[in-house]
Amino acid sequence: DFTKSWIIILQTVTLIPGDGIGPEISTAVMKIFEAAKAPIQWEERNVTAIKGPGGKWMIPTEAKDSMDKSKIGLKGPLKTPIAAGHPSMNLLLRKTFDLYANVRPCVSIEGYKTPYTDVDLVTIRENTEGEYSGIEHVIVDGVVQSIKLITEEASQRIAEYAFEYARNNQRASVTAVHKANIMRMSDGLFLRKCREVAENFKDIKFTEMYLDTVCLNMVQDPTQFDVLVMPNLYGDILSDLCAGLIGGLGVTPSGNIGANGVAIFESVHGTAPDIAGKDLANPTALLLSAVMMLRHMGLHGQAKKIETACFDTIRDKKVLTKDLGGNSKCSEFTGEICRRVQDME
Amino acid sequence: RSCLKSSPVLHKQNSSPQPPPAKYGGRHTVTLIPGDGIGPELLNHVRELFRFSCVPVDFEVVNVNSSVATEDDIHNAITAIRRNGVALKGNIETNHNMPPSHKSRNNLLRTSLDLFANMMHCQSLPGVQTRHKNIDIIIIRENTEGEYSSLEHESVSGVVESLKIITRYNSLRIADYAFRLAREKGRRRVTAVHKANIMKLADGLFLQCCKEVASGYPDIQFDSMIVDNTTMQLVSKPHQFDVMVMPNLYGNVVSNVCAGLVGGPGLVPGANYGTNYAVFETATRNTGKSIADKNIANPTAMLLASCLMLDHLRLHDYANMIRGAVLTTMNETRLHTADIGGQGTTSEVVQSVMKNIQSGGPLTTEQI
Repeated sequence: DFTKSWIIILQTVTLIPGDGIGPEISTAVMKIFEAAKAPIQWEERNVTAIKGPGGKWMIPTEAKDSMDKSKIGLKGPLKTPIAAGHPSMNLLLRKTFDLYANVRPCVSIEGYKTPYTDVDLVTIRENTEGEYSGIEHVIVDGVVQSIKLITEEASQRIAEYAFEYARNNQRASVTAVHKANIMRMSDGLFLRKCREVAENFKDIKFTEMYLDTVCLNMVQDPTQFDVLVMPNLYGDILSDLCAGLIGGLGVTPSGNIGANGVAIFESVHGTAPDIAGKDLANPTALLLSAVMMLRHMGLHGQAKKIETACFDTIRDKKVLTKDLGGNSKCSEFTGEICRRVQDME
Repeated sequence: RSCLKSSPVLHKQNSSPQPPPAKYGGRHTVTLIPGDGIGPELLNHVRELFRFSCVPVDFEVVNVNSSVATEDDIHNAITAIRRNGVALKGNIETNHNMPPSHKSRNNLLRTSLDLFANMMHCQSLPGVQTRHKNIDIIIIRENTEGEYSSLEHESVSGVVESLKIITRYNSLRIADYAFRLAREKGRRRVTAVHKANIMKLADGLFLQCCKEVASGYPDIQFDSMIVDNTTMQLVSKPHQFDVMVMPNLYGNVVSNVCAGLVGGPGLVPGANYGTNYAVFETATRNTGKSIADKNIANPTAMLLASCLMLDHLRLHDYANMIRGAVLTTMNETRLHTADIGGQGTTSEVVQSVMKNIQSGGPLTTEQI
């Protein structure tokens, strides 16, 4: 205890500010973390795609090296270039670090009113295969086939992650979302792997539900859901549906878990070029993603402190950015959260 | 426009297929498939109500046993529907733990009869408490291909491929259906729902077909939206949507979201139209196993589906009479079953509907 108070271990986090409002919301997060005295050392990196040896598109070596070393990343929105000749940056990052799980906790924000209250669920989406394998063919003129790939390995991996997450975050149940009535083999395989993994996690309740039933029930009573695990497409749709329940992408955090211990947390909204550089952006999504990151790193106390300061500011309604219904600047909103964090010391 | 020359457009006035003519005595025969779960009891109520209201419809009941491996039952049902042209059905349960050779009977029925258009009109009922009010969305869903093509194989052990098929023919057909219906009903906007940014060829083709058809309907506004954004918009700003058209799986998702928004699976009727056949059922196709035989299921969706069927048979007066009575029960009498927050039983609701019919209750010409 004597030594603990003198040794502060700084964790390095690779920060990718991104485009548009990315830089300003990243600055906001860094300011808040400084005010909270969070033991984080930021290493800023750029991820514009470059052509590597052999003509393959890749992220810059400095960015990859930084992430491989730190294992933790925080990322702002990246713009999707049209006709740039290379795949989307998000796809590139996903492939580079084998980010197989996309995790989105959706919790109703008190003070930011939506028709849905008491939402508290987590969507865990398999992010490498499924319907987004990108394998499509024209069979004959006018007939196209798109291949959905489900593998035993990926299904097992995502199921294991989901149950581990549930255990580590004190969640009571995991629900596998599927359409095995129609896609018997593919979703059937996914379901089987989930059932197998569930056997090793008897402390967590396991249920299965059809995708359509989940959608039907989600919009009537989202409180019945806890952790949801599913293949790529269903995850894409459901995670956005759930974000809509709590107020949209501007307030929803997101994390991507990769193999080899890499985890990249990100805001999932766009770059908002129309308000970029005008001190109008709302940093909440990136901030809550950073809070998610702190929890992932085991820094629960810090996470709670920052999250509470953010939610209190929103609930108070005195200093809110435009999208939250107020007319304060990003810097003012950030400043208010910093003040609250400091008051908590 | 060479694309439209080979298009499967039905050269008729309206979008729905021609109903079979009434038989001798002016009575129609309709195939009835009770299905599983709450299907049988709800369809019994429909028959009871029809008898009470002297509706000139006779039902030919065809049972489909969902637990057997053979497909004889469903093929008998399909034959009966070919004969009668029209059917009213409950959902047939699919045991998804059976091997892939055991296909979904419901899907088999839809594809065999080529019921290419699933139509669901989602309307808020003033008497039902929901978070969003005044929703009025028509969802047109391609009903035979897409992700429901049932083409799967295990190429390598542990690796399964599932094929999603999108064809120009079916995409044009469903888009045409959507625009015709929109025009018929005086709707102003059609939104195509897709994921063409990721599935560039498949959903790209679907979107392209919608655009082509849209160009032939300059009076109707056309736009498109990516499916994940669509669901987000539906739960926050549902009033921006008018008519929506989409491939099979997204249709499944969007239909269920919309049904949930207006009050749940017990309220919304659905229709499946092909060139020659029409099959009516509840919009969200639930078996409701857990509430079966308890007299608590909401009969509204099935009763309204039977009204859609009567409209299809051009028995509009009967359709409007029953529909009006059902809506009066929902909105004025407010006799609700548990799923929409009430305490009434199924039979109490049906009794109330009959009472409203008897007292010549407010006849409404509002189409649902």
